[in-house]
Amino acid sequence: MAILTALAHRLVKQKLIWPLLAIAALFLFNLIVIPEFYRMEWKDGHLYGNLIDILKNGSPLIIIAIGMTLVIAKEGIDISVGSVLAISGALAVMLLDSYPLWAVIGAGLTVGLLCGLWNGMLVALLGIQPMVATLILLTIGRGIAQLITGGQVLTTSDEAFQFIGKGHLLGLPFPIFIALGVFLLTYLFKTRTAFGLFLEAAGGNKTASAYAGIRPKVIFMTAYAITGVCAGIAGIIISSNVASADANNAGLWIELDAILAVVIGGTSMRGGRFYLGGTIAGTLFIQALTTSIYSLGVEPSSILLVKAIVVIIVCLIQSDVFRQSFILSKKKVAQR
Amino acid sequence: MDQKIVLEASGISKSFPGVKALSNVSFALRKGEIHALMGENGAGKSTLIKVLTGVHERDEGEIRLSGRVISPKSPQEAQALGISTVYQEVNLCPNLTVAENIFIGRHPRKRGLIDWETMNRESERLLDRLELDVDVRQPLSHYSVAVQQMVAIARAVDISNGILILDEPTSSLDASEVSSLFKVMRKLKQEGLGIVFVTHFLDQVYEVTDRITVLRNGEYVGTYETEQLTKTELVSHMIGREWNETDAKAGAAKEIPTGGEIFLTAGSLGKRGSLHPIDLHIRKGEVLGLAGLLGSGRTELAKLIFGIDKADEGTLTISGEQLADMYPQKAIQKGLGFTPEDRKVAGIVGELTIRENIVLALQARKGLFSYIPLRKQKEITQHYIDLLRIKTPSGEQKIDNLSGGNQQKVILARWLATQPKLLILDEPTRGIDVGSKAEIRKLILDLAATGISILIISAELEEIVQCASRIIVLRDRIKIGEVSGESMRENVIMEMIAKGAEVYGDSDGIGA
Repeated sequence: MAILTALAHRLVKQKLIWPLLAIAALFLFNLIVIPEFYRMEWKDGHLYGNLIDILKNGSPLIIIAIGMTLVIAKEGIDISVGSVLAISGALAVMLLDSYPLWAVIGAGLTVGLLCGLWNGMLVALLGIQPMVATLILLTIGRGIAQLITGGQVLTTSDEAFQFIGKGHLLGLPFPIFIALGVFLLTYLFKTRTAFGLFLEAAGGNKTASAYAGIRPKVIFMTAYAITGVCAGIAGIIISSNVASADANNAGLWIELDAILAVVIGGTSMRGGRFYLGGTIAGTLFIQALTTSIYSLGVEPSSILLVKAIVVIIVCLIQSDVFRQSFILSKKKVAQR
Repeated sequence: MDQKIVLEASGISKSFPGVKALSNVSFALRKGEIHALMGENGAGKSTLIKVLTGVHERDEGEIRLSGRVISPKSPQEAQALGISTVYQEVNLCPNLTVAENIFIGRHPRKRGLIDWETMNRESERLLDRLELDVDVRQPLSHYSVAVQQMVAIARAVDISNGILILDEPTSSLDASEVSSLFKVMRKLKQEGLGIVFVTHFLDQVYEVTDRITVLRNGEYVGTYETEQLTKTELVSHMIGREWNETDAKAGAAKEIPTGGEIFLTAGSLGKRGSLHPIDLHIRKGEVLGLAGLLGSGRTELAKLIFGIDKADEGTLTISGEQLADMYPQKAIQKGLGFTPEDRKVAGIVGELTIRENIVLALQARKGLFSYIPLRKQKEITQHYIDLLRIKTPSGEQKIDNLSGGNQQKVILARWLATQPKLLILDEPTRGIDVGSKAEIRKLILDLAATGISILIISAELEEIVQCASRIIVLRDRIKIGEVSGESMRENVIMEMIAKGAEVYGDSDGIGA
């Protein structure tokens, strides 16, 4: 028994436990209320079903949220990812007519990288507040994307390009593999190089890290650059999935879901420790919630409201202060 | 002696969890006097001021304002009673105009709207009284820190009812600004204001104050007429040692390594507004001490050597190589390590584990891609936990959970792991319990014995005399002398700090 309580204590301290519990609770709810939620189908050698949809539709968000985790770990934020995504998607579709696929993908990633470096320069070198600095690209990014598309929704019929967003590998949608790849690469970068240590140290205490010989500016630039590349990848996936580039609507508001996913995943907005696994779990929760609400048949007009309520509950349960005040008030009552 | 007492505190005690910050302290301010409140760091000056101004509530004792017992619960309440304070950092709003800053929170109104005309006129009148000629319609940020300070004082004087508290108002001012501040203070004094003046600068105390109250370790030492107290006596009251007490304990027994090769030389190294050009050298295996009161330039010198602040004149030579430009990465490459004075802000990364804190500097030197394998990191950590006897269940504990002394050991371990040639220790034992202090001091001597050079900075003379084989004395950001051998005694250093350079000539005055 003592071992069990000790285990429970350790689990509660694990940041990952909260988003996982939230997903479990949601799935349990679905199991009781909408059992058909779990139906899977094998059609033409591909797997279909709500669970697969969650993974597939969540892939761009997972990739964006991974980048977002890094900038939030440095006590920053990047609200321009949606616009960067639109630029990358627009550029890729536009270039498809005249260039080979590898060059198109390269261009999408490069433009993401440049946007990330731009944000990093504003934040790390010029010391502009991250929210304001990335607001610039949030605003003008869609404008740039529109210039690229000439104000139209560009479409493409390139089969190879469409495979990125729509194709299947081993019976599973291809974007899932891209998201997995980005996660693994970032995870290896965090744990197999000193980047994780440096980012957590510089995000936790910038002055002390500088005194220890770390260059926080370089670390912060790198974090923003990675976030930019992530947004570039997500842009290619999204435009490929719909075989078109929509400068106005591609990835609209995705930055907000990404920030939410990171926070649900246990990374503090105050910087320092970051949890890539937690972010993945947070993203899957958000995506599963969206899919569940649709399956429940909630009226479209109240979908956002339902989502907001669930998110508030998750955030409250996750808050140490809230949990403690809840426990304390219970104790006070007991004392009386 | 029958001058009217406007503010009187008697038998004040205040405890924080684990610390007795003030015990039975008394203080009396007369009408029309400038009264200095003196004491070393942690003596209780700021706690006393915070009790007087309602930031902290006292545990025991009584405060009387013109004979009436008061107990302010907040700075606003104290202000309403007429006790106003100007803090070290100007806490005004730089984006508002001068007049707005003076009248913030108490704007004159006309028909419910702000009466700008009256506000500007009144502000001009107030500033005129302080002989300050500024455009009150300009944003405060247009003016220098000194002017901002004056505006803060103008505001405080207007609110005050005969009492003004100035908490280190001169720390960011230059000499001419200080003298104009003093002119204003004297004028206000003549108008009958009682002024409490907190500062670390001895000369300023003698220039402007009438009486001095000294606190030490949260206790009341005494109140003296400034004219009747010599500087030497004042310093001895502040530090709490009598002249002859330590005569017997001289540093003579310590061997002075003069033969060792010179590791680091600073030639006229200085930075405008922070440190006058200074010369020093450190030999291999030598413990060099930097003594001086707070604000004397000790930390500034350390930061210049380690490259955290950039020197704007002079040269820095390490192992015979003159370095054009210094920054922490380069300093670490050259074998330097630096444990900063403010452990919480510049030392530990509180959220990370002991292991991560220890390997940080070593990893930073190795770079991003030669990541030290986890197994190796754990080995290093365990090695230093054992060596420095860091009290912790494991290296995977958050460093925040450790006591101050153990945190300091972790920071020491961080630098030892880089196998440094010179360690700069800025206040290595501040805020640490007595046991750990002794342990860390012993460690410093052990390290020096292995050939590491050490530059130690401490406000505790006893500590410096115990550890160092040679001591450089700083005062008001100037090197005023150097002691070693026979003359390396606390009283000699105290006297130097009190009297300044004139007694000993400029440098290498005695003992050399």
